[in-house]
Order: sequence, then C-alpha cells, then structure tokens
Amino acid sequence: MRAGPVRGLLFFGALVVTPLFGLQHWVLNLLVFVLMFAVMSSSWNLVGGMAGYPSLGHAAFFGIGAYALGLIFRGHTVHSGYEPFFWLPVIGLLGAVVGWPIAVVSMRTRADVFAIVTITFLFVVQTLAFNLHGLTGGAQGLAMPIAPFPAATFEEPFYYVLVVLLALALGLTYGALRSKVGLALSAVRADEDKARGIGVPTTGVKVLAFSVSVGLTAMVGGVWGYYESFIYPQFAVDPLITIAIVLMTFLGGRATLWGPVLGAFLLEAGQQVLAYQLGGNQFYLIAYAMIFLLVMLFLPRGIVPTIAQRRGKRSRSAGAGATPAPPASGLDLRAATGSRGTP
Amino acid sequence: MHALIQGVIVGVLTGGVYALMASGQTLIFGIMKVINLAQGAMVILGAYLAYQLFTTFGLDPFLAIPITTVVMFGLGVGVEVAFLRPLRAEDRSELSLLVTFAVALLLEGVMAVTWNDTRRSINTGYANASWTVGGYQVTLVRLWAFLLSLAALGLLFLLLDRTRFGRAVRATVQNPDSARLLGVETSRVSALGFGLGAATAAAAGSVYGLLYPFNAGSHYDLISRLLSIVVLGGMGSVGGAMIAAVIVSTSSAVVASTVSPAWSEMTFFVILILVLLVRPQGIFGARARGAI
Repeated sequence: MRAGPVRGLLFFGALVVTPLFGLQHWVLNLLVFVLMFAVMSSSWNLVGGMAGYPSLGHAAFFGIGAYALGLIFRGHTVHSGYEPFFWLPVIGLLGAVVGWPIAVVSMRTRADVFAIVTITFLFVVQTLAFNLHGLTGGAQGLAMPIAPFPAATFEEPFYYVLVVLLALALGLTYGALRSKVGLALSAVRADEDKARGIGVPTTGVKVLAFSVSVGLTAMVGGVWGYYESFIYPQFAVDPLITIAIVLMTFLGGRATLWGPVLGAFLLEAGQQVLAYQLGGNQFYLIAYAMIFLLVMLFLPRGIVPTIAQRRGKRSRSAGAGATPAPPASGLDLRAATGSRGTP
Repeated sequence: MHALIQGVIVGVLTGGVYALMASGQTLIFGIMKVINLAQGAMVILGAYLAYQLFTTFGLDPFLAIPITTVVMFGLGVGVEVAFLRPLRAEDRSELSLLVTFAVALLLEGVMAVTWNDTRRSINTGYANASWTVGGYQVTLVRLWAFLLSLAALGLLFLLLDRTRFGRAVRATVQNPDSARLLGVETSRVSALGFGLGAATAAAAGSVYGLLYPFNAGSHYDLISRLLSIVVLGGMGSVGGAMIAAVIVSTSSAVVASTVSPAWSEMTFFVILILVLLVRPQGIFGARARGAI
C-alpha cells in the first residue's frame, strides 16, 4: 500500500530536479519526447489497457490538440510564453468533447468495432488535416505561436508542463486503480456481459475512460505543436504515434500504473537513438514493427506484470498496489459473477 | 446530373475491385474473428509484385495474377502461423488487431525500403484507353478491372461452395467449436483462410496498380475504406461485402464528382457511423457469435 505513493514521489522528485544538472539540449529534447509519449501511453492505458478497448485513433486526438492550439493563436502573437499552456485545459476538454460521441457510438458493441471506428476516424482526421486548407494550411503546414523562451533553457518550460501532465495522467490512473471505476473497467475487460448483468455501469465507465484518455492526448498534442512551432499534417496525425503508444503500453504492461511509463522511457529513448543511427529512413518502421511483433509473441503481458509474477508478488489487494496482476482480477470477477449467474 | 451519373459509373466499376479486396478481409474475419488491418498493405504488396513482373519481364498485370496470388497465399499462411496462431485464446481478438496492424507497418517498411517512396504506376499500352458511351467516359482498364474482379469473386464462390475445403471454411465460420467436433481442423482452415484472404489481396493488387499510382503508404488509404465495407456488409459475409463495396465505392465516387474529392474520404466514416447507429450487424450480418 505504501510503496505506490513513495515510488511516485521519488520518480517525480527525480523528474523535477533532472534539468537542474545543466543537461545538454539533445538530452532535454529527448526527455521532452519521452515525457510526451509517457503521458500518451498512460492515457491510452486508461481505455486500452484497463477496459480492454484498444483505441487505434489516439493519434487523431494528438493532431486535433496540436491544430486547436495553432488555431487559437492564429493571427496574434503571444504576450507571455506561458500563455498557450493556460489553454491546455480547454484543448483537453475539446478532445474529450470530440471523443465522447465517438465512444458512445462505437463502444455500444464490441472492442472489434471500436477499433475499426477509431482507426477510421484517424484516417478521416488525417485527410481533413491535408484538405481543409483554410483551417490547417494543408500540406504547407500551420504556423504555431512562437515560444519566446531564451535559447539556453528553451526546453525547460515544455519539460515541466509535461511533468505536470504526466502527474495528472498517473494520478488519474492511480485513482482509477484504487476506486470502483478501475474495478468496473477491469470487469468490462474480463467479461462485459456478465459485468453489465450484475449492475456495473459498463457504458458509463468505458465512455468516461475514453474521453479522459483522448482529452489528455489532445493536451500533449497541443504541447507538441507549440514545441515544434510549425506543424505538418503527416506528423500531427501520424498512425505511427498510435502504434508507438500502444506498443509502449504493452511492453511495459497494460493495466498497470508504471508499465506505460516504463515502456515510453525504454522505447522512445531507444527510438531516438535508432532514428539517429538508421537516419530516420524506413528501416526504422521495420524495426518498430518487428519489436512490436516480438513483444506480442514473447511478452504479451508486459514487463511490469512479468516481473511482479517472478517475484511471486501476486498481490491479492488488486488495484491497491502499484502492480496489480491483471489476470488475477479477471479471474476473481469470473468466479464472482459465475456464482450469481446472468440472464 | 452528368457528374452524378459519371460518378455512379466510376463507383460501380471500382466497387468490383474493392469487393475483391474486402471479400478476403471479411472471409478472414468470418473464419478467425480477426480483423486483418494488413489487408490494405497486402493489396499494395500485390500491386508492387505485379509492377515488378511488368517492368522486369513485361508480363501483363492481368496475367501476373496467377503468380502473385500463389506467392501471397504463401505469405498469408506464414503470417497466420508465425504471428496469429501463438496468441492466447483469451485476448486473441484484441491482440490480433494490434498484430495485424504491426504486420501492415512491417510490410509498409519492407515495401518502402525495396521500392522507395516514389509513386509507381503500371503503364500498360491500354492504361489510358477509354470509350465514350452516350457522353459518359468509361476507362477501358476500369471495365477490365471490374470484369476480372467479378471472375475472381466467382472463383472464390466456387471454392467456398463446391470444395471440401470450402465446406470446412463455412462450417468454421458458422460455429468453430462444432466444426472442430465434427473433425474439421480449424487451425489448418485458419491458416489456409488467411492465405486465401492474402491471395484475393494479390489479385486486387494487380488491378489496383493498373488503376492508381501507389507507394508504400497507400495502404493507409485502403484501411478505412475496406473496414467500412466489411462492417456495412456484415462482418464475415462475403456476399454482403460485395454489395457493400459497390455502395461505398459509388457513394464516395459520387461525392468526389459532385462535391469534392477531399470530402469523399469522409463518406466512409459517415457510412460506418450510420451503419453502427441504424443496423450494427450490417446488411447481411447474422446476430450469431462474432457478428455485431
């Protein structure tokens, strides 16, 4: 019970002091990207990991967030470099509002259909980003507000904003894991019909999880767009972002608190190095897909649950510890619902 | 009005090609309950194979189909055995989505490395020939593509309807457990079925390469098209996919010719949402296990 908060404080303490060591720009830049993906994979985990509804459309909300920030500040200069950050809650809300009806329509049935709708939505948003020249500038791209931060410490404001977003995402995950919402989500994942049969508000928690998840993702998109200062549709709405955050979550361990963060730190750091070594050409796509397939085949439960299992820590208080073993809670639910039966 | 009818002509003819692509995808779903997100990438790979055979040996893309389908059939069987079969049953439907997405990216990467990013097109002598019928233009290659797709679909139907393998496939689609009890080796049917899906992608790929310029990233254009066709037709129903392909392709061609090509991409999403709201099981979907 106590290990979770202590671990969290240590982790965030380390994140806060890291820039004070006068790191080089490329290191901070790498950390900014690592944090972006840590926030996004943690958010994806809320719906894809905990509820078992694999969204393939998160990259669309990343793009929506980026374009939204650009459009809010189109035509006027920023007074203070921090001004765009204060708009992030609005962007998060926008993401959630766009995501909500999609979730309501596509989550009525099964995870398959949900995945189909979200991936189709991703390509629709991508097409729109290319074609709505008036809004997005099309392939020519969209200028974002210019961040007036001194060059020596340019990355730091973005870094700290992302630390705050990560704290938010992990706080929500932690809260969900410890509360009835998390229990309801894992009930949805284990056996949705039975869960509904015994009175779990399955639709409500699914839609809530998705809206929160894509809202957070949109906020990261806003930060990214501001950081990049100019955005192009092929990078703002990129299927690779979806696959990256899914892979990070699976590698670290879905439905765990720290798994997605661990996955993001391992993969995004690795990816930056890989992209540097392979010159960012298509070999990098092959390497990524191969890693994904290998993880699916040999480590389908992810690093954190596998380690937890090795240690023999099959915590009975599932949801309380930092690493509740997902199958355990699923089995509990099956046992619990099986005895009552459903119509 | 002219634009509308022209749109319908193009849409129906193109619909045949999409029907071929989608028939493989819906067949795979019917047999394995796996949504194959790599179907589009396999179509593009089929197009590249046809392109390579045409540029190297001067082989006509239509004549290349027997070769490419066999190659892609083997590839499909390989993908099923290597990546899908090992998945554990309890989270198979969820993981298989991600696995096929990863396979799509892998194929995209391999194609991009092999043929680089330049858009290729297969320029046969007849690629630009067209007839004008009553003021409407019918591209000859589109007509051939339509007829060939119909022929391929006919073969697929014969295979499913008349052979022992087809019977095993249909039994597995209806009820995998009973099929297994009756002695159908469903895992073999799955592998062969995935291969068959890849083979239809290869045949459709040859045709796609004749109709449109393509590069490795083109499979992204196909993913949402094929998925909305498969959902509209009723997941797992080959006949449904054929009709849905014509509906989807015609409506998007009509939107392209009367409104603007940019918005035609939106039609897939609108159709998908409408189907889910009005008739979630699709045109021919049964409310059996796996149908939605």
